[in-house]
Amino acid sequence: MHRIGYSQTALRLVLAAQMAALGPARAQAAPRPTVPNDDATAIHILNRLTFGVSPKDLARVREIGLDAWIDSQLRPATAADTALATRLAPLETLSMGTVELREKYEVPPQVRQQIQKARAEKDAAAGKDAAAAPGARYEDMDPKARREEREEMVKRFPQLANLQGTPQKVVAELQAGKVIRAAFAERQLDEVMADFWFNHFNVYARKGPVEFMVGDYERGIRERALGKFEDLLVTVAQSPAMLFYLDNWQSIDPNFSPRNLIRRPATSGRGRPNGISGRTNIPTNRQTEREMEQQARNGVRGNQAKRKKRTFGINENYARELMELHTLGVDGGYTQADVIEVAKAFTGWTILGEAPGGPRRNKDSRFAFAVPAHVKGDKHVLGATIKDGGEGEGLEILHLLATHPSTAKFVSAKLVRRFVADNPPQALVDRAAATFTKTGGDIREVMRTIVRSEEFLGPAYRAAKVKTPLEFVVSSVRASGADVKNSRVLADKIGAMGMPLYMQQPPTGYKDTAEEWISTSSLLERMNFALDLSAGRVRGVVLDARSMDNQKATLDSVAAQILPAGLSAKSREILEAEAVKDGNDPAKLVGLVLGSPEFQRK
Amino acid sequence: MTLNSSRRVFLKSSALAGVVFGAAPRSLMRSVFAAEGTRARKKTFVVVFQRGACDGLNTVVPYGDSGYRKSRPSIAIPSPKDGDLAAAVDLNGHFGLHPALADLAPLYRNGSLGIVHAVGSPDTSRSHFDCQDFMESGTPGLKSTSDGWMNRCSATLPKTDSKFRSVALTQTLPRVLRGASPAVALARIDDFHVREDIAMAEGGGMMRSGRRNAGARDASGATERKAGDDSSAAAFEKLYGDAAKDMLGNAGRETFEAIEALKVADPSKYSPSAGASYPRGRLGDSLKQMAQLIKADLGVELAFVDLGGWDHHTAEGASTGQLANLLRQLGGSLSAFNHDLGDRMSDVVVMTMTEFGRTVRENGNRGTDHGHGSVSFVMGGPVRGGKVYGKFPKLSEEKLYEGRDLPVTTDFRDLVGEVLARHIGVADLKPVFPNYDVKSSNFVGAIRS
Repeated sequence: MHRIGYSQTALRLVLAAQMAALGPARAQAAPRPTVPNDDATAIHILNRLTFGVSPKDLARVREIGLDAWIDSQLRPATAADTALATRLAPLETLSMGTVELREKYEVPPQVRQQIQKARAEKDAAAGKDAAAAPGARYEDMDPKARREEREEMVKRFPQLANLQGTPQKVVAELQAGKVIRAAFAERQLDEVMADFWFNHFNVYARKGPVEFMVGDYERGIRERALGKFEDLLVTVAQSPAMLFYLDNWQSIDPNFSPRNLIRRPATSGRGRPNGISGRTNIPTNRQTEREMEQQARNGVRGNQAKRKKRTFGINENYARELMELHTLGVDGGYTQADVIEVAKAFTGWTILGEAPGGPRRNKDSRFAFAVPAHVKGDKHVLGATIKDGGEGEGLEILHLLATHPSTAKFVSAKLVRRFVADNPPQALVDRAAATFTKTGGDIREVMRTIVRSEEFLGPAYRAAKVKTPLEFVVSSVRASGADVKNSRVLADKIGAMGMPLYMQQPPTGYKDTAEEWISTSSLLERMNFALDLSAGRVRGVVLDARSMDNQKATLDSVAAQILPAGLSAKSREILEAEAVKDGNDPAKLVGLVLGSPEFQRK
Repeated sequence: MTLNSSRRVFLKSSALAGVVFGAAPRSLMRSVFAAEGTRARKKTFVVVFQRGACDGLNTVVPYGDSGYRKSRPSIAIPSPKDGDLAAAVDLNGHFGLHPALADLAPLYRNGSLGIVHAVGSPDTSRSHFDCQDFMESGTPGLKSTSDGWMNRCSATLPKTDSKFRSVALTQTLPRVLRGASPAVALARIDDFHVREDIAMAEGGGMMRSGRRNAGARDASGATERKAGDDSSAAAFEKLYGDAAKDMLGNAGRETFEAIEALKVADPSKYSPSAGASYPRGRLGDSLKQMAQLIKADLGVELAFVDLGGWDHHTAEGASTGQLANLLRQLGGSLSAFNHDLGDRMSDVVVMTMTEFGRTVRENGNRGTDHGHGSVSFVMGGPVRGGKVYGKFPKLSEEKLYEGRDLPVTTDFRDLVGEVLARHIGVADLKPVFPNYDVKSSNFVGAIRS
């Protein structure tokens, strides 16, 4: 592994600044032996535990010391981040839950079908080959034509007039919000961890209604990002976003039929058919149970013809990814038979408004256990017997997986890869896994083990990781002090570098290793972004390169702010020549430093 | 400003302006000498990867097997019937093409398209991640392999000046092309340059310095740069030129070499041949640009494009629906590419691959779960087409892999190996597939020898 050699000048500058910042009072304080208090370590730690070194955070670390700063990031929040809230406020959909978003932004499915039909007819009338690529024409339209067509559709379908905007707006604001949080949140580690876990439990926003569910989903993850792993796992398992994304909401006992429910004699005493008679399971949620029956009845009445053809069965998608990606890892010791048994145990874990046998009701986008859809009987998973127990079976399995040694190893290795090195040092993975097991999956404690380790604090892995596109773009903003009025273009740039936010289709999420992010194409995007940002060509972002230093900007002052870890001697030489040539054009120097090989590392 | 404006005038008038400042980008020099070396027609192998595990049984339909329809009550494709556009397009009395692939039927009939069924990787994890990884590393079961089979193959070929021998039309470099040999990833060939090549000219118009139509998209002109100033590009080239010989430094150097090669060959001037109509979407865009790179004689030998979205656990659809929409893109893109390259297809083989197939039986949601064997198309002049190759079992439970999936009867390495050996001319496949013995006796015979 190659590491960058920092110039002596840069190191001297850094040391001088550090000594000035420490002052005599700090020097007399009790030594904290675990975390060395030098600037190089501070820069390294900020690089890894935040979305990039900012002058403000570096000053803060110099003021209170690294140890206290790390503790403050690992401690649960005590005060609200009002500055962040102010920045997020214009993104109005971010404060809405799934139900509200669907009411205000979702095109009702029937209307969507009619619109598609209307568009196809328009295409056909225009002589276009609509059948060859349904919807392609619309995708390809310029924004103006698209707007005009939307207006036309609103006239034809009055239901659309009630909507507050398009689903695209919801996703665009999610992306914009993620960039703002990463760039400006005071509690940076919370954001880094939320990003880590969202990627670990990846969902794809463009699958069906998931775009409306991602906001709630991410909030649930962020709240638990430094909590207990099992809590996180259960939250994810019961989230409408994951239930929909990995299809578990419609994984159903093959013998289930809403018709059977209705043919049974009424036992409710109110003369109405009752779908729960003859069952042995006690529903865990009476309300849910009643609503399920109601839906089953409505569905059968409403759609008799289709219902006859409908078949049901289990869907293995979630069960497999739960073990492969969320917990044990692909080599964690499960088999295809385990996948099937786990899938059976999770039948009935669904979304109330989408439950089998009934019409969709957006207002009910929440977890429910549908007793009639559940496959009864004991399940045999990883050598253990899970007794027939309805919803409890799934919870039992989540517990089994959360406390499995393979999970401790798999999750720890992933954390060490994110925070330390692409090839995670095994000794540290083992210690982190031991902490995981000892503390019952306490993520905060696992993180403490990692950030207090010699491997993390020592010099061996400094600048060893390459920034992801998200990290590169956001760290550019943080380092340069750019003010972000509108972060949408930043989110688009991240997408152009190969990392569209909330848009990773496979459940694997994005990889966290350098080779994933380094290509001719993505490097060129990075260089161009650096030049655009420094020249003020990124819409919605203001960077006054000249204001970075009250004096006339020099390479030293620019590099000290943007890249406090220092440029390599060769890079310095090249950039010095450029600086002379251009009369120290600060914008250009900022662009070149942001696009330099050194700035791509963290 | 005097210096700047005089410099601008000068830059406008000289393509070698950098020399004046004692800093000629090396690529400029290189391009002068290297341009000729790549101007030879090469044998090209294009891999189209279908990410997500394509349902081979609804792609090339074994309608002659009664087990097919029984296993798929709601998603089976109807057997061929004259005039029925929803029915499979008959190939040989047993197999038929999905109706959305109708564009491929003429190619099958004229012998330029072959099909290999029940093909795949021996890995049994049914994991997208692992199986794609293994199919790209070329070493199923061996996770420690750090490079991809295309990259290793590139290393076995004779030395070339071409920067585009190994190329992917993707934003990030795919696993299959990662490794020690140079490889280029690019998403759009007409946008591949450092944005500062273009600058705001007086009067607010865009001015050309390096490439045409460059970079207008994000240029709001908030800060006016010195017109014609391409010194940032030159500075970046030096920064990356002098960077360490690690992944980052190498990719940086390859970036500038590719920019230069594109500048010289200018592939965007080759528009699709008359009648070649690429469908909208990512795959069509990718193959259209791949055809441009090939026509520009950039020396493309090992090429890669991909298309995701094949993971249909629910509502897969039958003659229409999700899978049909993707297949229409696939068939239309392949057919347009074949048409576009015309005679040049005599030097080209295109092959589709996917990480695994899907369950023979449909699941509870009118979709299919992760299975094992799937299907590959091979297209091009060197292909002995008009035939469905591979051993295809009867779709009865006892013949299926683990009682549920189409087995793998042709290892993908034997199929890739056949193309590499017979078309590209790779004599020794051991370095390409180190933990597998590719034997010509295992070749299905889809490529002329």
